[in-house]
Amino acid sequence: MEKATDLLSSSQSLFSLKSLKLKTKQQELLLRISILGLVYILAFITRLFSVLRYESMIHEFDPYFNYRTTLYLTQKGFYEFWNWFDSESWYPLGRIIGGTLYPGLMVTAASIYWILRFLRFAVHIREVCVLTAPFFASNTTLVAYFFGKELWDTGAGLVAAALIAICPGYISRSVAGSYDNEGVAIFALLLTFYLFVKAVKTGSLAWSLASALGYFYMVSAWGGYVFIINLIPLYVLVLLVVGRYSMRLYVAYNCMYILGMLLAMQIRFVGFQHVQSGEHMAAMGVFFLMQVFYFLDWVKHLLNDQKLFQAFLRITLTCAISVGVIALGLGTASGYISPWTGRFYSLLDPTYAKDHIPIIASVSEHQPTAWSSFMFDFHILLILFPAGLYFCFKRLSDATIFIVMYGLTSMYFAGVMVRLILVATPAVCLISAIAVSATIKNLSQLVRTKTKPTQAGSGKGTASTKASSKGALDQSLPYQKNGAIALLVGAFYLLTRYAIHCTWVTSEAYSSPSIVLAARGAHGNRVIFDDYREAYFWLRQNTPQDAKVMSWWDYGYQITAMGNRTVIVDNNTWNNTHIATVGRAMSSYEDEAYEIMRSLDVDYVLVVFGGVTGYSSDDINKFLWMVRIGGGVFPVIKEPDYLVNGEYRVDKGAAPKMLNCLMYKLSYYRFGELTTEYGQPPGYDRARGVEIGNKDIKLEYLEEAFTTSNWIVRIYKVKPPKNRL
Amino acid sequence: MAKSSATKDAQALFHSLRSAYAATPTNLKIIDLYVIFAISTALIQVAYMAIVGTFPFNSFLSGVLSCIGTAVLAVCLRIQVNKENKEFKDLPPERAFADFVLCNLVLHLVIMNFLG
Repeated sequence: MEKATDLLSSSQSLFSLKSLKLKTKQQELLLRISILGLVYILAFITRLFSVLRYESMIHEFDPYFNYRTTLYLTQKGFYEFWNWFDSESWYPLGRIIGGTLYPGLMVTAASIYWILRFLRFAVHIREVCVLTAPFFASNTTLVAYFFGKELWDTGAGLVAAALIAICPGYISRSVAGSYDNEGVAIFALLLTFYLFVKAVKTGSLAWSLASALGYFYMVSAWGGYVFIINLIPLYVLVLLVVGRYSMRLYVAYNCMYILGMLLAMQIRFVGFQHVQSGEHMAAMGVFFLMQVFYFLDWVKHLLNDQKLFQAFLRITLTCAISVGVIALGLGTASGYISPWTGRFYSLLDPTYAKDHIPIIASVSEHQPTAWSSFMFDFHILLILFPAGLYFCFKRLSDATIFIVMYGLTSMYFAGVMVRLILVATPAVCLISAIAVSATIKNLSQLVRTKTKPTQAGSGKGTASTKASSKGALDQSLPYQKNGAIALLVGAFYLLTRYAIHCTWVTSEAYSSPSIVLAARGAHGNRVIFDDYREAYFWLRQNTPQDAKVMSWWDYGYQITAMGNRTVIVDNNTWNNTHIATVGRAMSSYEDEAYEIMRSLDVDYVLVVFGGVTGYSSDDINKFLWMVRIGGGVFPVIKEPDYLVNGEYRVDKGAAPKMLNCLMYKLSYYRFGELTTEYGQPPGYDRARGVEIGNKDIKLEYLEEAFTTSNWIVRIYKVKPPKNRL
Repeated sequence: MAKSSATKDAQALFHSLRSAYAATPTNLKIIDLYVIFAISTALIQVAYMAIVGTFPFNSFLSGVLSCIGTAVLAVCLRIQVNKENKEFKDLPPERAFADFVLCNLVLHLVIMNFLG
């Protein structure tokens, strides 16, 4: 934290030094490089809280899958990985791993691992995986610096680098151990945008090629690439409409689109989507539009005759538009171009997922964002963002138009889904950096003009001369210098608060691995619940190699990665029916569930239960989603059967079906005998704060196999069928 | 009446276009020829696809995209080496050509990988 404030103050001192106009450029360069170096290190170390608090481990759910595949990649090599058919998940269907994942993250981590090995550093692949996200966050700060420099000036670049290094919106997805696609993808996203803006600025094929390669990396890393392939055409379209069309834009967009599309097709999971799916059609439409536009421009240039050109324009425009409409209509009608997917719709219309796709709506990070989480993740950036927009509009260029569009669209998406705050973070940081940099620069100039009026005119660049001339104009105002100093101090105070807030959020909220839980004991000491790993280790050690484990899909990746056992469903959620079958089994009576489990060859059932510890994201709280998803495919399951007067409860007043369904029985088996809290009757559920309604649970077809020390994970064995008489 | 005036218009258009185009430098004309060749190859492939079918879709795509990509890159080169374009005054033609070759190299390496 102190470092951050240090950093901001040193970047601040840079501005004053710059306006002082040092004799040598080298001093400034040295200062800039050292600030960047500090930011680079800071971005890395602020993400290490989780390693210090817990240990070097992989977090959450999806990262375990990524870790498992990376392990496979390093052990078996690239071709085996690419052709991997995984029979350990989605039993009995299996999953073609190579064709259904974004391999960028795994290949990146594996390459780092191989390079380190080659340099004779004997690291374990887990350490590499844990530190991949912080490493790429550090690289993102560098890209942010260059992007800021391109948008405004070096000062804004430095501020942007410092802001993004500690911004909680980004840290939430890139702490050490959060080995997920986003960690690498944000770097790739910003890099692509930066290179594209650079390509538009220079009109050079080489920059455009570089941005196509950046896009390729992004496509290989994360499904969020759809944002790029829609934002860039939108940007081009806006430039065309506002009359900022240029040859440079033509070169940059066309080269980037053709090469980027071809490169993206090499990723099997993306495949032909660039020419077949509705989400990618905007880019293609703009591509053709650019050709028509260029052609018309060229003919106009050749003809030099207004009347003839009008006639020509009429003919070509009619032809082009009719051909385009016919092609699009034919493609859509024949089913060649697939319509927009549900995920895309749910982005444009926040209520769509709730009504149509319960499996998307059931994930907490797909919920619409609350105001508090905006404040939590952006802090002062939320206020600086509009100020930065103002500065961008004041000095419009192709680059600032881009960042404004990026900022506005991503802010909208961030409002639709919590997890997309991540995509908005770089834009918000960059735009805020412009605001901070421009304001501080103007203010310090104001302070300096008063003391040394002779130097006022020597400021370089349009902005600074403008500011200094404004300073000269405002000189008549009383207390001007004091006001400027007060404002500078205020800006400092805000930035310091930002740094403190970011560090606090990182250490308190975003560094929990969620696979090891921590709580405060009665005496203020820290209690660690390591039940998940205990249970998965038990599975690995005590069950047959080919045992199939049924659990809700959240735990699928962890069971395969840590327990090394086959699961029925996992976090990939590609087959809704299969998940619905599991949901149906969990919400049926035991005998019906037994039939389903027999048909799926289930040997063990795993449930997560927080009644003893007060851990609230357990299966009972997720149960309604199981009912909804199960009921979406099998109409036998009806949500009202589990509710009493529309209320979800587990105590004595609960619905009879609820009290006897499999999930309830497995969660609360033998729980009625246990006293969890002093002064409460036995069977008091601490997660929901009630005494359970069915204390006398008898299991007929299953038997308890293992319960972890804090009862968080409970594993049951499915009994073999009885002998026939 | 209307038809004849339209054809007259078109004739006048073609005439003036041809006379205007004749003034283009030779190196740009060569690039234009190259672009036209690439586009016509793409059109032939599309026509072939319409008759025979798309079956090895990756092959079809790589064939067509190779042509379109070549054409687009050549147009970019044409823009950059054209003396009349003020935007690219400080870009030497050698640099433009080097960029063009680099992009083509990447394009055709990817095409080769994609051809199947």
